[in-house]
Amino acid sequence: MKAAGTQAETAPRTTARAQPGFLGGAVAIAAKDLRSELRTKEALNASLAFSVVILLLFSFAFDPTAEETRALAGGLLWLVFAFAGALILNRSFARELPNDCLDALIAAPISAPALYLGKAVANWLLLMAVELVSLVVFGIFYNAPWTRRFWPLVGVIALGTWALTVVGTLFSALTVNLRLRELMLPLLVYPVLIPALLAAVQLSGPLALGEPLASDMMVWLRLLAGVDLIFTALALTLAETALVG
Amino acid sequence: MNALELDQVWKFYGDFPALRQISFELPEGVCLALLGRNGAGKTTLLRILSGLMRPGRGSVRVLGADPRDTMARARIGVLGHGLALYDELSALENLTLFARLYALKDPRGAAGQWLERVGLAASASSLVREFSRGMRQRLAVARAFLHEPELLLLDEPFTALDDRAVTTLQDLLRDAVRQGRTVVLSTHQLREALELATHVALLVRGRLAYYGTRTNEMLEDPAWLYRRYGEAA
Repeated sequence: MKAAGTQAETAPRTTARAQPGFLGGAVAIAAKDLRSELRTKEALNASLAFSVVILLLFSFAFDPTAEETRALAGGLLWLVFAFAGALILNRSFARELPNDCLDALIAAPISAPALYLGKAVANWLLLMAVELVSLVVFGIFYNAPWTRRFWPLVGVIALGTWALTVVGTLFSALTVNLRLRELMLPLLVYPVLIPALLAAVQLSGPLALGEPLASDMMVWLRLLAGVDLIFTALALTLAETALVG
Repeated sequence: MNALELDQVWKFYGDFPALRQISFELPEGVCLALLGRNGAGKTTLLRILSGLMRPGRGSVRVLGADPRDTMARARIGVLGHGLALYDELSALENLTLFARLYALKDPRGAAGQWLERVGLAASASSLVREFSRGMRQRLAVARAFLHEPELLLLDEPFTALDDRAVTTLQDLLRDAVRQGRTVVLSTHQLREALELATHVALLVRGRLAYYGTRTNEMLEDPAWLYRRYGEAA
């Protein structure tokens, strides 16, 4: 339909606009998420409390000095990290729902992958902070000399946590409008994460007890790094579809 | 160039067609009042124009580009039903965030200028959750205008505004049209909308029932359009 007599008297403005940068946008989103979370501490407190309580309960339920329990160290740590992560990841896009903030972000000239990456980085940093506190609690209650292999252990946890956040953030975007998103997110994320969790458990076990990694463990490290790369590439590719449809 | 070009646009929610075969072209530098009863499809149309959703069928061009084009979005300002403000951030932090996302050269400076312009400079460092409804609305208006968009898409912008915010918004919209920007606003407040509008579109159950320039007849009797082209017609 064309309207009659429509030409405006004033000439249209043509403003030269700066191209919004990918990294600049991602950093702005990550900084905003971290600032919001550090002010409200909604997800951080819940996640931290959950981690500490689970580690304490397990230490009371089993003899933490027993060899069998120590053999489960890697599994126990990643069980705690995975569930604590779900609490943080659930809030990632849910915090955009009040006041329709997500609409404003999607309408802004930041690419969907940059928006997604900013959120994933913020989640990763928050979860890493929770995990480092959990490691201290683990060291105390399980008498584990995890600081002996501090940097290799932190490296493995960083890689495993990136796999968790990269997948979790994508599913957080997909499930944000679901009524049962708190339930749906773990149900969707954990099956996808099985290879990454397996590798992280295998690698974290000996390191958390202060032991070096055997040479045959390198295959797990390569698997973890590979999973990180593949999931990151997939998530960045699917971000636009997840956010806009 | 046209600010908007819609060709045979349909949008379905499940089987329900929220928009049916919408086609029109809107020239740059005009103000379009998008009218219609609740459920007529105004918000859906504005969401498609903002790049928040894609049409089911048909094509949409905004400022000559796809609405999801990054550079097109940099030229659009959106003010939706929600105010799109973060309660846990201060007014200055809210505007600075969006100034960064819109790649403004001096984000804090631009944010500060707009806070001044909407009368919130004294509350710049206060958290938005401490703001009254009227202050939030003025801040949301500043957010939408912050990057001096060439096209403004406003969904029910006058709803629940206090007097001061209505005046601020009306002044800003008049200035915007005077400067050659394009404004599209959906509203139930016919009088305010028709005073600003140069063009009018009426949606009835997802169809474009009327599209054309605003006439003096409409100004004198704002309900005339509904009587003539609305569901009862």
